[in-house]
Amino acid sequence: MADPMKIRANVVGDSTEVKVLMSHEMETGQRKDAQGKAIPAWHIQSVAATWNGKTVLTAEWGPAVSKNPFLSFKFKGGAKGDKVQITWTDNKGEKRTDEAVIA
Amino acid sequence: MDGKRRDVLKTGGGLTLLSLVAAAGWLRPGDALAAEWNKAAFEAKSLDDTLKALGGSGSTPSKDIAFVSTPDIAENGAVVPIGITSAVPKTESIAILIEKNPNMLAAVFDIPPETEPAINTRVKMGQSSNVYALVKADGKYYVASKEIKVTLGGCGG
Repeated sequence: MADPMKIRANVVGDSTEVKVLMSHEMETGQRKDAQGKAIPAWHIQSVAATWNGKTVLTAEWGPAVSKNPFLSFKFKGGAKGDKVQITWTDNKGEKRTDEAVIA
Repeated sequence: MDGKRRDVLKTGGGLTLLSLVAAAGWLRPGDALAAEWNKAAFEAKSLDDTLKALGGSGSTPSKDIAFVSTPDIAENGAVVPIGITSAVPKTESIAILIEKNPNMLAAVFDIPPETEPAINTRVKMGQSSNVYALVKADGKYYVASKEIKVTLGGCGG
């Protein structure tokens, strides 16, 4: 249902650098609509990144992370052709997993 | 199982449960996605309250935590790039707290041993404020701060 994430994973020395651009509204719950009613909070709560089944990053997010979240990190290991998977779960229980091949 | 945990959280008995979960450690291998969202920490209004909700009791200022690729002045408070690097040995997690936001804690990143203790992301800032990088290393908390001026606030309205 949500748009796919854009994931770039590149070998840098003995590490892999991962950059992710997720597609999510990240509604804070602070905004009001035209009628003055608060627009309910809707945001990614948890993120997990794995490489060859090994967890390389997890995160808990609040609504202060920007809309269409950007995330970048580096982990030791990874070779060209390996897969990196990113999963996010939001406060409505929606989930999305995307995967990229390390270049 | 998920439904039961959410009910526990709703009844408010969740606070104790969350403290136990937080005290037991951030990382549960193979269980990453099941990590419970720390509601108390994300609703805390001060650095001390956030720390308490995360299972810590105090933090030490550290010069080994650096803000990289982070502007002094952000033109758009809705999208402020924040980069944090920790040279504190045995860094387990890095958290971003924005002092003047409605709730201080923006994000927590759990860093496994083989991952570089450095992250980059973008956050919303409601107004000019101090931003804290809270690092948990070897069970202790360390903190560094940076003031970021915002010309156009980004929390809403």
